[in-house]
Amino acid sequence: MVEVMANMVAKLALAAPPGSDGHAPADAGHGVASGVGHGVGHVAKVVFGEGGDLLMAVPVLTLGAMVACGLCAALGIRNKLPGWISVGALAGAFAAVLVTFLGWHGQTAIVHGFEWINFQWGGKPSQSLVANFAFYVDTLTLLWMLFVTGLGALIALYASEYMSHDVGLGYCRFFAAFNLFVFSMSCLVMADNLLLLYLGWEGVGLCSYLLIGYFYKKAPAVAAGKKAFIMNRIGDLGLALGVMLVFVKFHSVEYKDLIPLWQGYMELVAHGQWTDVPIEVRWAALLIMVGAFGKSAQVFFYVWLPDAMEGPTPVSALIHAATMVTAGVFLIARLFPLFASDHQLVALTVVAWSGALTAFWSGLIGMAIFDVKRVMGYSTISQLGFMFAGLGLLTPIGASFHTFTHAFFKATLFLGVGAVMHGFGGQLDLRRLSGVAWMKGFGLVGVAMLIGAVNLSGVPFTAGFFSKDMILAQAFALPGGTIAGSQALGWLLLLTAGMTAYYTFRTYFRVFAGPKEFTPGDDPELVDLGRHPKGTTLEAWHAQHGHGHGHGHGHGHDAHAGHGDGHGHGHGPARVDFDPATEDFDPHPPGMAMKGAIFACMALSVLAAGLYFVAPGGDPHTHGGWVAGMIGTSSAAFHAPHGGELFGQDPHAIMYFVSALVGLVGIFIAAYLHGPRGWQGLMVGIRDRADVAPRADALAAKLGGVATAARKKFSVDELYHAVIVLPLRVVAYIFAFLDNFLVDGLVNLVGFMPRGAGTLVRPSQSGVLHDYALRMLMGIGLVLAVALAAMGGGVGGLL
Amino acid sequence: MDGLMAILAQGDHPTAMHQVTLLHYLIVSGIMFTLGLIGFVTRRNLIVMFLCTELMFQAAGLAAIAFGRFHLNHTGETFVIFVLTVAAAEAALALALVVLLFRRRETLDASAWAEMKG
Repeated sequence: MVEVMANMVAKLALAAPPGSDGHAPADAGHGVASGVGHGVGHVAKVVFGEGGDLLMAVPVLTLGAMVACGLCAALGIRNKLPGWISVGALAGAFAAVLVTFLGWHGQTAIVHGFEWINFQWGGKPSQSLVANFAFYVDTLTLLWMLFVTGLGALIALYASEYMSHDVGLGYCRFFAAFNLFVFSMSCLVMADNLLLLYLGWEGVGLCSYLLIGYFYKKAPAVAAGKKAFIMNRIGDLGLALGVMLVFVKFHSVEYKDLIPLWQGYMELVAHGQWTDVPIEVRWAALLIMVGAFGKSAQVFFYVWLPDAMEGPTPVSALIHAATMVTAGVFLIARLFPLFASDHQLVALTVVAWSGALTAFWSGLIGMAIFDVKRVMGYSTISQLGFMFAGLGLLTPIGASFHTFTHAFFKATLFLGVGAVMHGFGGQLDLRRLSGVAWMKGFGLVGVAMLIGAVNLSGVPFTAGFFSKDMILAQAFALPGGTIAGSQALGWLLLLTAGMTAYYTFRTYFRVFAGPKEFTPGDDPELVDLGRHPKGTTLEAWHAQHGHGHGHGHGHGHDAHAGHGDGHGHGHGPARVDFDPATEDFDPHPPGMAMKGAIFACMALSVLAAGLYFVAPGGDPHTHGGWVAGMIGTSSAAFHAPHGGELFGQDPHAIMYFVSALVGLVGIFIAAYLHGPRGWQGLMVGIRDRADVAPRADALAAKLGGVATAARKKFSVDELYHAVIVLPLRVVAYIFAFLDNFLVDGLVNLVGFMPRGAGTLVRPSQSGVLHDYALRMLMGIGLVLAVALAAMGGGVGGLL
Repeated sequence: MDGLMAILAQGDHPTAMHQVTLLHYLIVSGIMFTLGLIGFVTRRNLIVMFLCTELMFQAAGLAAIAFGRFHLNHTGETFVIFVLTVAAAEAALALALVVLLFRRRETLDASAWAEMKG
C-alpha cells in the first residue's frame, strides 16, 4: 500500500512538471464540468525561488519583545516601557515584511530557520517525518503577514495608552502575551509545514485565552477565556486528526511536497481522471475544516467569540476581529489545493453553507442586542461567515480580499468602540449613549466609526463594498451544480448583507449621532478617568490631586497601597463607587496614541478600496485587483468555472448595483427605526433621547417573542449548557463517584488490611514489664517443651 | 537423654567429686534460677527485679562452672569470669538507669512505666 502511494507520488511529480500548465486550456475545464469533475482547467504550479530571509526578523523581534516585557515585569518597571518596546518590535517586524513584500518576485521561497523535527525509521522517503522551523513564503503568506504585523504595531500603539490604567505587572503581562500572539500568528501564517502551523495555531489559542482572561479578577472574563480555549480545543482535534491523516496518506507534512502533489490531483480532476485521486483528500479536508471552524467561530463553535469581548478592547480588535479569527480562512486558503482535489468538492460545499448560515444567524443576533462591543463581535462572526462562504464558493481571492479589508475596517470599529468604552467608564449599552461624535475630543472617533460602518455596510466605493461583492457575485457566477445550491446561498448572503448594514448603522445612529447624552458605565478603573466632585472641573480636580493625564484618582496610591481592597477590583485604598448625587463625570477623550492608531486604521480602511483598482493583469474573469494578483501567484490560485447569470447579466457587473441597493436599504431602515431627528437621521429618524427609539421599540414590541429571543441570543448558550455541558457534568459526577468509592476504595482497602491486623494484635502489647517477662517465660517454656518432646523423652525423661 | 541422666547420676566417677555430684550443683543452680525468675515476675520494685536478674545470672554461672569441673576443663570458669565482668558493668549501668527512672516518677514501681502499651 505504502509503495503504491509512493509510486503514485513519483508518477504525479513526473506527469506534471512545473511549466506544463499550458496544456490544459481553460475551455477543457468547462467541458468536464458537465461530466464528473468540477471544471478546473489550467492549474497553477508552484515555482520555487529564493529570498525572504528578512522575514526571520519577525519571530526574532516578537519573541525578543516578549522576553523584554517579562524582564520589565521581573525588574518591577512601572511605566509604559513594555508598550513602547512592543510598538518598536512590531513596527520593525512590519518593516521587515514590507521590505520583503516590495521586493518580492512572485515565486515561492522556503526560508530555513533551523532543523526542528527529523525522524527516520527506514530508508524510503516515506519513512521519515521532517518538520523544520522554516517559512513557506509566497504572496498568500505575505498578504496575511502585512496586515498581521501592520495592525499588530498600530494596535500595540493604541494599547500602550488604552492599558495605561494598569501600568505595572499587568501592563507587562499584557504586552508579553501580545507579542507572543504576533509570534504565534506569524508561525501559523509563515510555517512551511503543518506541524509548525499547528504550533502557531495552538500558540494563538493560548494567547487568546491569556488575553481574554486578562482581567482575571472578573469572573465573566475568566469564564470567557476558558470557554474560548475549550471550544477551540474541540476544533483543534479535527485539525490534529486532519494533519495526521495527511501525514499517513501523503507521507509528508511539508508544503513543498504536499502542494505540488495536490496540484497534481487538481489537474487529474480537471481532466476527469478523478478516480486516480485518493478519497482521503476529502476526509483530510473535512477534518481540517473542523479546525478552521473552531478557530474562526463558525457554525456550532461561534458562541465563544461574543464572550471573548470580555477581554481588553485592543485584544478584541487585533485577535478577535482582524487576525486570529481569520486563521481558519488562511488555513483553507493555504490548503486550497487539498480542498479542490476532491472532484465533488464536498468539504468546500460544507464550508460555503456553514459560512452563509453562520453569517445569517449571527447577523440576526447582532440586530437585536444592545451591547455595542458584542454587536461588533457578532458582526465579526458574520463577516467571517462571508469569508468562508467565499472560500466555499471557489473564490479564495474574494475571501482573502474580504479578510484583508475587514481586518482594517473592523479594527477601526473596535478601536473606536474601545475609545468610547475607555471614555465613558466602560459603558457599552447603546441605549445609554447618544451623540458621542459631537462630544469634545470624540470627533475623530465619530468619523472613524462612520468610515468603519460604511465599509462594513458595503456602501458603494468603500473597500468593504468591493470585497463583499466579490463573494456575493461569485455565488451567482458559478455554473449550477458546481457547489450545491450556490444560488440560494447567494440570496441568503445578500439578505445578510442588508442585515449587516442595518445593525451597523443602528449602532452608529444610536451611539454616535443625535442629541448628546450619556450615562457613565460601571467599570471602576475607567470611571476614575472622568469622575470629579460636583462644582469642580475635571482638570482642576486632577491638578489639585496631582494626577497626571490618564490617571484616575485611585491609581495615584498604587505604589504604596498595592492591590486588593473590599471591592475586589484592586486599586488604591478606600475606593468609593461613583455617586451621581455628589459627583460629575466628564467623558475622557482618547489621547495621542489612541487617536494616532485610530486615524491610521481609518486611513488604511479608506485606502484599501483603492486596491480594487490595481489591475490584476491577465484573465478578464479575474476581479479583485491587487489581492487577486497576490492570490494569483500563490498556491491558492484557482480558476473557478464561470457560467451563472443574475437577472440575465454577468453577476460580477450587476452585483455592484444589487449589493449597493441592499446596503443602502439597510442603512435607510436603520435611520428610519433608530435615527435621530433631523439630517443626522437622514431626515427620516424621529429619535429624541438615548434610551427610546419609538419606531424600533414599537417594532420590537410587535415582533414580541422573536425580538426577545434574538436579544437573548436565541438561548444557544443555554441550549449547549443543557445538551452538552449538563450531560457531561452528570457523567463527570458518575466518574467522580466511581473514582472516589471504587478506585479509592480498593486502594484504601489495601491500606486498611495491615491496620486491621494491627488492631487485632495490639492488645497483646500491655506495656507492663512483668507481662513481657511472663510471656517470655511462657515462650521459653513452650520451646523447651517442644524441644524435649521432639527428643522423645518429654519432661519426664529429663528427670 | 537417658544417657545424660545416667552420667549425671553416676557416683563412681574417676574424679575427686564423690559425695557432691554434678547433680547437686545443677539442682542448686536450678533452684537459684527459679527463685530469680519468680522474683522477677512477681516483684514490682525495680531494684529487686534487677537483683533477681542477677540471681538468674549467677545460677547460670554456677551451672557453667559445675559443667567445667565435670568435664575437667576451664571453659566454664573462663566463661563465668567474662560473665561476671560484663555483669559488673551492667550493674553499674542498670542501677544508673534505675536512678534516672526514679527521678522521673518518684517511684520504683515498674508498673509506673507502661508507655509501650499498644
